[in-house]
Amino acid sequence: MSGYRPDGLEDAFTSDDPERAGATARGAATDVDAVPAGAETTPDVQVPRIGVVGWLRWVWRQLSSMRVALMLLMLLAVAAVPGTIFPQNAQDPAKVAAYLADHQALGPWLQRLQLFDVYSSVWFSAIYLLLFVSLVACIVPRTRVHLTALRARPPRVPRRFDRFPAQGGLTTTATPQQVVDSAAVALRGPWRRLPRFRVDVSTEGGEATVAAERGYLRETGNLVFHLSLVGLLIAIATGQMLHYRGQALVVQGHGFANAVVDYDTFERGTAFNPSSLVPFSLRLDAFSARFSPVSLQPRDFTADVTVTQPDGSASAQQIKVNHPLDVGGANIYLQGNGYAPDVVVRDSAGNVAFSGPVPFLPQNAVYTSLGVIKVPDVTRGDQIGFRAALLPTAQQDTDGVWQSVAPQPANPLMVLTVWTGNLGLDTGVPQNVYKLDTSHLKQVMGPDGQAVSLKVQPGETVALPNGLGTLTFKALPRYVALDLRYDPALTEVLVFALLALAGLATSLFTPRRRIWLRVRIAADGRTVVTAAALARGDDIGLQPELDRVLAVVGRDLGIAEDEIARDAAVGDDASAVRDARAAQENEHPEEHR
Amino acid sequence: MNAGELSTLLVWAAGLTYTIALVAYTTVLARIAEARPRAVQATAAKATAATTAAIVPAPVAVGAGRTAVLERPGRAAPSPAAGGGAGIRAGVDAGAPDAGRRAAGIARSMTYLGLAFGFVAVVLRGVAAGRWPTANMYEFTLVGSTMAVAVLVLVQRRNQIPFLGVLVTGAAALALFLGVNVFYIKAEGVQPALQSYWLVIHVGVAITSSGIFAVAAATSVVQLLRARREEGSTRLAGRRWGWIDTVPDSRTLEALSFRLNAVGFVLWTFTLIAGAIWAEHAWGRYWGWDPKEVGTFVVWVIYAAYLHARTTRGWAGSRAAYFVLVGFTAVIANFTVINLFVAGRHSYSGL
Repeated sequence: MSGYRPDGLEDAFTSDDPERAGATARGAATDVDAVPAGAETTPDVQVPRIGVVGWLRWVWRQLSSMRVALMLLMLLAVAAVPGTIFPQNAQDPAKVAAYLADHQALGPWLQRLQLFDVYSSVWFSAIYLLLFVSLVACIVPRTRVHLTALRARPPRVPRRFDRFPAQGGLTTTATPQQVVDSAAVALRGPWRRLPRFRVDVSTEGGEATVAAERGYLRETGNLVFHLSLVGLLIAIATGQMLHYRGQALVVQGHGFANAVVDYDTFERGTAFNPSSLVPFSLRLDAFSARFSPVSLQPRDFTADVTVTQPDGSASAQQIKVNHPLDVGGANIYLQGNGYAPDVVVRDSAGNVAFSGPVPFLPQNAVYTSLGVIKVPDVTRGDQIGFRAALLPTAQQDTDGVWQSVAPQPANPLMVLTVWTGNLGLDTGVPQNVYKLDTSHLKQVMGPDGQAVSLKVQPGETVALPNGLGTLTFKALPRYVALDLRYDPALTEVLVFALLALAGLATSLFTPRRRIWLRVRIAADGRTVVTAAALARGDDIGLQPELDRVLAVVGRDLGIAEDEIARDAAVGDDASAVRDARAAQENEHPEEHR
Repeated sequence: MNAGELSTLLVWAAGLTYTIALVAYTTVLARIAEARPRAVQATAAKATAATTAAIVPAPVAVGAGRTAVLERPGRAAPSPAAGGGAGIRAGVDAGAPDAGRRAAGIARSMTYLGLAFGFVAVVLRGVAAGRWPTANMYEFTLVGSTMAVAVLVLVQRRNQIPFLGVLVTGAAALALFLGVNVFYIKAEGVQPALQSYWLVIHVGVAITSSGIFAVAAATSVVQLLRARREEGSTRLAGRRWGWIDTVPDSRTLEALSFRLNAVGFVLWTFTLIAGAIWAEHAWGRYWGWDPKEVGTFVVWVIYAAYLHARTTRGWAGSRAAYFVLVGFTAVIANFTVINLFVAGRHSYSGL
C-alpha cells in the first residue's frame, strides 16, 4: 500500500511556512473536490485487472474514507427512526400483534422488511457493522502514524514570524542562554513526566532558538474514543451472549427459587451457562406502597424480602424501584405490583376445589384490577370459571355503578361473573392465566335473564348460583413482579463507555499549539527575543498561551510587564492572522475522525 | 401565594422580559441595517481611507458605526457611482446610532433580567415540588430555556451578535409561553422511578446540552446567512440584510458554533451514558431501544456526523452547518414528538 495514506491522517498543523500556505485561496476547501481515497492508486484510463486482493483492498480503502463513514453515520441515524414509529417485538410483542391485526395488507410487508425488529434486523446490523469496519480501517493506520508522531520532535523554527496569528517578544539584558533556559522551563511546565510542551532548543546561525509543541494528547484521545467504541460493542455482544433474565410474580408470604423452572418467563443468551444460576431462594415478607393524596400517583414501593443463600444463611433485604438487590452476581429489580385476592372455592359437594392467591392485573392508577379464577377440580359436574374485577377502594356512584376511587385497599370489593363448562385446560395447549377461554363455557344467568354478578368483600363467603358451591374471599395480599437479570459484562460496558467519553473530551478540548522563540543579541548588546505561535484550527487561547510563556520568562529575568511586546507590531494586521488560519485549515481540513 | 404560584408568575415575567429583549434586539438589527448604507456612503466619499481601515471588528463597528467600514477588502471601496446613485438617503442622522446603542442596552439588560426571573422561577419550582425541578415537560421547558439564555449571555460577552439574541430570546419566550399554557402541571413529588439522584445528573446535563445546542444552532443560522452574503447571494444582497455585514465573518461564526457544539456533544454523550446507568438501576437494562433512547441516539449520531463532516474535504463550512440544524431539529423532535406522541418508558411529560 505504498503511497496511500488514509483520510484524516495529517493531524499536523499546516506547512510550517504560513507565507507559502497563505497563498492558498480562502475557501479553497469548498471549491476543491477531493479525490476519493481509493481512487488515488487507480490508473485513470486503462483499468488493469486488479484481482480479488485488489478488490478487497479497494473496498477496504473505500470503507476507511471519511466520506463513506459520514454516509454510514447518516444512514444509521435514519435507520434508527422506524423503530419509534412501528411497534417492536423486543419491547411489546402484543402491540405488534395488534398492529398486524389492524393492518392486514401492510403488516406482512412490514414484517418481511423486519420493521418490527428494527434493531436486530439485517439492514440495521449491516449499517452498524460496516460503520465499525470503517472505524477500524481508519483507526488502525492512524494509530500507527500516531505512535510514530509521539516520538517526533517539534518542527524547526520558521524563518519569518510576521505572518503567524500570535506573536510577541521582549528585550532583556540577560544572556540568550538564560532566556532559552527560562523559556524551556516555562513551556515544559511543572510536571517532569507530563510536560505541557515538548521543547527543542538549538542554535541556528548564531541565534538561539526554541521550538515547542503541545497537544499530542488530542489525537491520543481521538484514538482512545474510537477504540473504546469497538470495545463497547464487543462488551455488549459478550453480555448479550452470556446473560439471562427471568421474571417471577411473588405473592406476599410466598417465594421463589432461582431456577429456570421457577420463573414465569425466562430468556437467555446463546452462550448462557446454567451454572451461572446461583441457587438462592427469595421470600416476599411484606410490600408497602405509598401514593400521593392529591394526584394518586405512586410515591414509594418497597418490597421486604428474605434471601436464603445456597449455604442456608438467610438475610432480610429490601428492593425498591431504582434500588435493585444484588444476589449471586445477578440483580433483582422491582418491576411491578398488584393485588392477589386469596380465595377458597368449595364445590357443590362441599370439598375445597380451589384455594390460594390469584394475581390480578391492575388496569389504571386506582388499581382497578382484572383477574380470572379457574376451578377445574370439582368433585362432580362442570368446571367453574370466574371473571373478576377487584376494586381496592370501592365506592358506588350516583348511577349505582361501583368503581375504585383510590389505589389503597381501604374498602376492597370483588365483583365476579360465573361461567361453567369446560375450561379447556386438558388440551395441552398452554393458556393465559389472565384470560378465560369461554369457547366451551356458558355464563351463569339469574332468574331475571341477567348475568349473575357476585359481590364479595374480604372475610365474606358468598353462595354460588345454581348450587355450584361457595366462594370465600379470605384476604387481599399484594404481589410484586420481580425481574432478575444477570449480565457479566456490565463492568466492561461501563468502563468502555467512560473511556470513550474521556477520549472524546480530550480530543475535542485539547488545544494543539506550537510556539517558537528566536533569541539574538542586538547591536546595543541587549538580548532581543521574538516569538510566534500557531494553533490547529481557530484557537482563542493561542495568544494568551504565548503571553503567559513570555510573562513567565520576563518574571524570571526581572523584566517589567510593560516591556513585553504583545503582538504589537503586526497584531492589527488582521488579514495576516486570517490568512495564516485559513492556510492551516485549508491544508489539512481532514484532521480528526 | 405559595412558592409554586410565585414560580409560575415569574415564568410569565421571564417570558415577557424575553419578549421585550426580542423587540430590542430586532430594533438593534433594524438600526444597523439603516446605519450601514450611510456608513458606506460616508466612506465612499473619502475612499482613500477605506483601504487602510478595511477590517474593523464588528462589535466596535456597531457601537461607533459612523465611519467604520464593514466590508471585506474586495468590496471595501464601492465606486462613487454605486455609492451615490443607489438612492441612499444623504446626510448622517446622528440619532440613529444612539438609538441603536440604547436598544442594545435595553436588549442586554432585559436578557439579564429575564435570566434572573427564570433562575428564581426554577428554584421556587424546586422548592414547591420538594425535589429537583426536571421531572416533567413543563420543567424541562423552563430549565431548558433558562440554560439557553445563560449560554447566550456567555456568548454575547465575547461576541455581540444581535441576530443571535433575536433567535435565542425569541425561542426562549416562545418556549416559556408554550410551557406555561400547554405543558403546565402543578408542582408535586414524583413516582418512584424518578426518585434518584440521576434525575439531577442525567436530566440536568441533558437540558444543559440542549440549551447549548440551541445557541449553537442559532449561531449556525447566522453563519449560513453570512456565508451566503459573502458568496454574493442576490437574495441576501438587499439593504434589509445589511446587518449581516456587522456579524463576525462566517469562519469565526463557524468556530464559535463548533466550540459550542463540541461542549454540547460531550455533554450529550454523558447524558447517554448517565441514562444507561440509570436505566440499569431502574429498569434492569442499560439499553432497550426505548423511543427516547432511540431519539437520543439519533441526535448523538447526527452530531457525530457533523464533527466528521467538519473535517471532511468538501463538507467543511456551510455544508457541515446544515448538520447542526438537522441535529437541533432532532433534539427538538426528541423532546416534543417523542414525549407527547410516542408511548415509551420516558413518558414523564405529566400530561
